[in-house]
Amino acid sequence: MTIRRILVANRGEIAARIVRTCDKLGIETVLAASEADRDSLPARLATRTVCIGPAHPTASYLKPELQVQAALGTDCDAVHPGYGFLAERAVFARLCEQNGITFIGPTSEQLAIAGDKLAARAAAASVDVPVAPGGEAPSREVARELAARIGMPLLVKAAGGGGGRGMQRVERAEDLDAALDLAAAEAGAAFGDARVYLERFVARARHVEVQVLGDGAGNIVHLGERDCSVQRRYQKIIEETPAPGLAAGLRSRLHDAALRFAGRLRYRGAGTVEFLVDAHRDEFYFLEMNARIQVEHPITELVSGVDIVAAQIAIASGNGLRLVRGEAWRDGCAIECRINAEDPARDFAPSPGTVRSVRWPDGEGIRVDTHIESGARVPPFYDSLLGKIIAHGRDRAQALTRLRAAISVTRIDGIHTNLGLHAEILTDPEFNSGGVDTGYLERLLGKRPARAAVAHHG
Amino acid sequence: MTLTARDIAEITRLLEDSSFDELELEIDGLKIHLRRGGAPVSRNGAREGLTPLAAPQPAAPIAAKAGAGGSVRAAQPVDPALTEVRAPLLGTFYRAPKPGAPPFVDVGASVEPDTVIGIIEVMKLMNAVRAGTRGVVREIRARDGTLVEYGETLLLVDARESH
Repeated sequence: MTIRRILVANRGEIAARIVRTCDKLGIETVLAASEADRDSLPARLATRTVCIGPAHPTASYLKPELQVQAALGTDCDAVHPGYGFLAERAVFARLCEQNGITFIGPTSEQLAIAGDKLAARAAAASVDVPVAPGGEAPSREVARELAARIGMPLLVKAAGGGGGRGMQRVERAEDLDAALDLAAAEAGAAFGDARVYLERFVARARHVEVQVLGDGAGNIVHLGERDCSVQRRYQKIIEETPAPGLAAGLRSRLHDAALRFAGRLRYRGAGTVEFLVDAHRDEFYFLEMNARIQVEHPITELVSGVDIVAAQIAIASGNGLRLVRGEAWRDGCAIECRINAEDPARDFAPSPGTVRSVRWPDGEGIRVDTHIESGARVPPFYDSLLGKIIAHGRDRAQALTRLRAAISVTRIDGIHTNLGLHAEILTDPEFNSGGVDTGYLERLLGKRPARAAVAHHG
Repeated sequence: MTLTARDIAEITRLLEDSSFDELELEIDGLKIHLRRGGAPVSRNGAREGLTPLAAPQPAAPIAAKAGAGGSVRAAQPVDPALTEVRAPLLGTFYRAPKPGAPPFVDVGASVEPDTVIGIIEVMKLMNAVRAGTRGVVREIRARDGTLVEYGETLLLVDARESH
């Protein structure tokens, strides 16, 4: 099936990113925009824009029937869901399937398995992909027994959660009951699924994920791994590939585990298998699979030479992985900084508003994925991602040098951003030596008040 | 300049109403060849359907880069004395309760705020659209059976002519 016109069911930088590849492929795009995004950069880049509803996402971007109606009404033959919003909602993929519109992503069944974190754990275990000690906690009694075997600290997680949402950390056995009740109530409200499970909390772990592409017929390839350990409250800030300082054996075991998991699902499209890695013990655990394109996909593109959006479209068109195999594997290292509209002085609270002026970096090895130009509005209804600055180099040192220079020349006026935090991390000795764990950023931020006080008195 | 699907429909109609049998048009590298369908055409014969030939599939190319993003309603200025009745949601607009039935309202009709002026269908779900204002319908902008966007102007009501 040839795809000629794609409805882009998303906004922001990823919408602009999808349109760019479609332009290259000669595919027309229809951007389904909310009222707040009618005048956005993606709206101007797309072949056509239709306004699907008011600014609030529950009345626009999150409505499957509006997206499908927009696709039908504009003669689109496919929908690209981007990430977030409806990207991993099985019900949306099914609605597309039922209306003869190609969903550029996995099947609705695959989305259902990946979205049910307990089902995904079971699928992982069935192909010898290690999972962290744990299991479902349908009652307090079962939970207590399970907790005694797992040991403290542990995490109470929502079966319908993922991406760092719906988690409670428990330090002491006597806090377990309360954490269970809270987690179940939150999970029921947020995901419509009150099931929770327990998992061992792995301290000093690294977050390493493997990018895979599947043709839906059982063929899976991987495009290497990404280290996303620089996180704040489970939200990634900096990602890099390859993961620094991983032993070669551990690296290839991660790749193989990701291929086995995706193979078990006969996965179709682009996906990411996430792991927690305990580099000191030479161990890793399956975390979850993200059944969509990731925010951090550009670093993989720069190192592998594969346009992942083009690969998604090729797979959805029934062309399988032929395009991917034809690509030359480039080398080197790529690092990405997520630039967010948030105020570091107010505990990183979102900072919406109007961008008075912006200057993004360019130069050798620098790529910027963004939808923000001078005068752009940052509405308060959506996530705070303004753009991604990505540096590629022949090795990590060169990529870091380029990225530091790029961050230092970037100017965003009118709203608060985390640019300063990126500059701080990129010059921090611990980050520079490579291989930090997921607790790194909180520790760095914890040191700041003292340092600021010294600076003040000095 | 560039062509929208609506332009193509307009051109098709022009040909249909003209005394010509064929039309060839080239704009910005886009070539359109229209010919009256069916067997050899007789000038005096009954008018038959039109078959677009070289128009790319599906449909025709949509609004072009340069003018893209511009909303439908921005293209047509509205007399400030008139009140716009806008689409409360995206969907397929129908002027009548069912195919072949008379439209809910026509130009010249008087409407009250709760007068139903059309239906917007979203995935088989029919939503009645009400005028929301009192007056006389002066113009109907949305075409029957076409996609309307959220906020798109469906029709214009003149409140001064309220009966």
